[in-house]
Amino acid sequence: MAQKRKELLVDPLVDNNPITLQVLGICSALAVTSSLQVAFVMALAVTAVTGFASMFISILRNHIPSSIRIIVQMVIIASLVILVDQILKAFAYEISKTLSVFVGLIITNCIVMGRAEAFAMKNPPVASFLDGIGNGLGYGLILMLVGVIRELFGAGSLFGITILETVNNGGWYVPNGLLLLPPSAFFVIGLLIWAFRTWKPKQVEEREYKIQTVEAH
Amino acid sequence: MEGLISLAVKAIFVENLALSFFLGMCTFIAVSKKISTAIGLGISVMVVQAITVPTNNLLLTYLLKPGALAWAGFPNVDLTFLGLISYIGVIAAMVQILEMILDKFFPPLYNALGIFLPLITVNCAILGGSLFMVERDYDFAQSTTYGIASGFGWALAITAMAGVREKLKYSDVPDGLQGLGITFITAGLMALAFMSFSGVKL
Repeated sequence: MAQKRKELLVDPLVDNNPITLQVLGICSALAVTSSLQVAFVMALAVTAVTGFASMFISILRNHIPSSIRIIVQMVIIASLVILVDQILKAFAYEISKTLSVFVGLIITNCIVMGRAEAFAMKNPPVASFLDGIGNGLGYGLILMLVGVIRELFGAGSLFGITILETVNNGGWYVPNGLLLLPPSAFFVIGLLIWAFRTWKPKQVEEREYKIQTVEAH
Repeated sequence: MEGLISLAVKAIFVENLALSFFLGMCTFIAVSKKISTAIGLGISVMVVQAITVPTNNLLLTYLLKPGALAWAGFPNVDLTFLGLISYIGVIAAMVQILEMILDKFFPPLYNALGIFLPLITVNCAILGGSLFMVERDYDFAQSTTYGIASGFGWALAITAMAGVREKLKYSDVPDGLQGLGITFITAGLMALAFMSFSGVKL
């Protein structure tokens, strides 16, 4: 049992990562990663919401009629997100301004809904909670990776602390401005997926369509 | 009027929901394999967006804002913290109603769009549109324009993406990059192209 629980928590980190394999919750992964601090807060928020939403939905799973389950799930998730939003506004107002609409968008973050629908509706509360936390962490992992790459090479700093002294401040590092612009998030995640799949070739084969020329050789 | 037109152009090109705010990315990546389905989904998003953004604007103005309940005799009530749950409720209800209306009165359209409608409830572009409307303080006319234009922008982006991907499947992509990876990089290049619109002065 303990083994299984550990699996629930660790599996989504690399082997079954929500972003690189399940294609869930990409919206916010792209938008909030230009600085590491914001990415970190976002990752925490999503992990908390996914974990607790899965737990509550799992507790209620036998009482939710299947025809209105989406709305019930939405209400549970939305209440949790309101909680997170109010906490952020109270204790981290600056960050909540930077995140702007993306806190609210955790409601429609497919990770939360996806895990609720795919796992929490069929499994007991503790397992669901761990599954939710695990998927939140897997999402957070990618978010932090992208955040590190974008902030380090785009602005020469991490968590706002200067690591590479930029030319403007009399240092040697010429920052790559492209990495602070929105499109770079796509490139970074695309390349990350490439790296993940080269490392774990098993993930490649599960692709839906294959290119004929590759097989012909 | 001029203000509304420039708002629309801005929402379609400069601040494209999909390519500069990354909203609705899950469906954007998942449902962009064929042009025909992409167009269907794009139109549904546009319709739902055009209905929900103005509705949420009315909701905000007459129920949620500080002092909005003055007409009911509660001038000191501030319900803005209920915003998120009300918007998503409106969206879920609107999508459900739209589905029923289409089923009853326009069966061919329902058959074409029906499968996408449930997907739209959880599309971040829809909720995002409403949240941007709140954040930017649009009035009713502005939010109607914004709803239609941002939906159109999203539809444009997903259709273009589907066009690229239909060609892309014949190309020789490195193993690890196949499918999802190359889709991301393509989307990045498209976003880069859309960024050039930001130089347009309105």
